[in-house]
Amino acid sequence: MDQATAQVTANGVIAQNLTGNGPMPSRAGVGLKPEHYRDILDASPDIGWFEIHAENYMGDGGPPHAYLTAVRERYPLSLHGVGLSIGGAGPLDKNHLARLKALVDRYQPALFSEHLAWSSHDTVYLNDLLPLPYMEETLATVCAHIDEVQEALQCQMLLENPSTYVAFAETSMSEVEFLREVVRRTGCGLLLDVSNVFVQATNHGFSASDYLDSFPAEHVGEIHLGGHAEDSDDDGEALLIDDHGRGVADSVWALYSRALSRTGPKPTLIEWDNDVPSWPVLFAEAKRADAVIADRRSNRVRVSA
Amino acid sequence: MIPFSDIERDFAWAVLDGEASVPGPLVGKSGRATSGKTVTRSFAVYQNNVYASLIDALASRFPVTARLVGEEFFQAMARIYIGCEPPRSAVLLRYGTSFPDFVVQFSPAGSVPYLADVARLEWAWHAAYHSADATQLTLAELTEAGPDAEDITISLHPSLGVVRAPFPVVTIWQISGREGKDEPTQLPDGGEDALVVRPKLDVEVRRLPEGGAVFVLALKGGATLQEAASSAMQEAPAFDLKANLAGLITSGAIVSVR
Ligand SMILES: [Fe+2]
Repeated sequence: MDQATAQVTANGVIAQNLTGNGPMPSRAGVGLKPEHYRDILDASPDIGWFEIHAENYMGDGGPPHAYLTAVRERYPLSLHGVGLSIGGAGPLDKNHLARLKALVDRYQPALFSEHLAWSSHDTVYLNDLLPLPYMEETLATVCAHIDEVQEALQCQMLLENPSTYVAFAETSMSEVEFLREVVRRTGCGLLLDVSNVFVQATNHGFSASDYLDSFPAEHVGEIHLGGHAEDSDDDGEALLIDDHGRGVADSVWALYSRALSRTGPKPTLIEWDNDVPSWPVLFAEAKRADAVIADRRSNRVRVSA
Repeated sequence: MIPFSDIERDFAWAVLDGEASVPGPLVGKSGRATSGKTVTRSFAVYQNNVYASLIDALASRFPVTARLVGEEFFQAMARIYIGCEPPRSAVLLRYGTSFPDFVVQFSPAGSVPYLADVARLEWAWHAAYHSADATQLTLAELTEAGPDAEDITISLHPSLGVVRAPFPVVTIWQISGREGKDEPTQLPDGGEDALVVRPKLDVEVRRLPEGGAVFVLALKGGATLQEAASSAMQEAPAFDLKANLAGLITSGAIVSVR
């Protein structure tokens, strides 16, 4: 049994288990949405895992917890925070950390992730993932915050690369350099959002492929894929908005394949949070990601054979 | 070198205040500084994200309030509320507690006099949905506990809320909410008091009989059965203790008796 598990792990079928709460398969998962609670519990679809936004389950009780408990009995879970403000200048909210810890204890997620972004200023919570300049000062702050999170939750966390629409003159290092240094100093892992790479590359005019090729692939514990909207900036050039409101674009699927060739099979989330589609549509996106993973796996076997 | 705390502060202000200029120093795709410019389309993405997501959050917990005034009016009203009282916690589930009070003093909504009452009922519904869980007491258990005793104290379900309104708020909420009608036409005279409770997974909203609101609120405040009944009788001499108690039991509103 142990040997079998080890082999499976060597093939990258089972991801590194960051929280000690059971395995996270290197398969596709989707965000758990109230619209789909019944579809999931009635049919137990063959899907690898579910991800929840932690803050949606910070009420005391009621249907969200009842359904999540039932779903968790059948599937591995990834806990994804959106409100901790790890990239913020001020201290982390201790109460919020305690709420996250309570969710980790109760639902035993296999992964915990948060964003390289800030969302609170002083006491105001802005409910968006806001950007920060990449410089020594913010690097030190982000690392201190991640140390605190990993200490409080007693597990390794994954830090997600953001999608941004503006850049700062104060920035003195690239995002990849920044993330690489955060990993080196804190021992955290990374959540690679391929859609965010595509959105940023378009918005800021760099090469998404170069970004992916320089990304510290060995530290990636999870991948995100989501839909984006297209707009234009003041100069009439493309401005992409990471709205999670539609299916994943073909160009992002292509980048996903490229990313997998470096990371190996990884748990991959389809992010579709707005204009949430019917269950079959969302499930089909997950199957598409599973097919890319399977393809990657068979290629690798062929190469090594 | 500008400290990040200053950059963050300017950024947050500019996001919340739609009239403010873009915080500096930002750079565009060409590496050209955009500082001092009125809001660029790129920076406006953040403003849109913040306001649209918060307006959506309010619209999802005040759907009937929104329907009564129409989407456009509701969005404008919500935007002003967000500017005055932005969220103070990353637990967005709690955002909107003070929205009904804001609606009361929002004069453009004055032509819909019951709007704030409907908003209060919807907040009670939302709070009940996310409240702590508890197991309701069955009729048999209650009988065993001896409900005739005057000095017993009743513990109510943690999800329970009471909304007292000078308008027929339950009727309006039912007509506009369940039946999807924009404007309730024939309304009963006088006010209605609502009992909101979620015994299991479903939130239930019921009209309370005369004196019922005073009775339930007294119980909630820790009064004994007898004390609560006499408070109710002061407001409504025809208060029927048995009927009110039976109503609470069938609503699943009672969790224990001491
Ligand atoms: Fe993401």
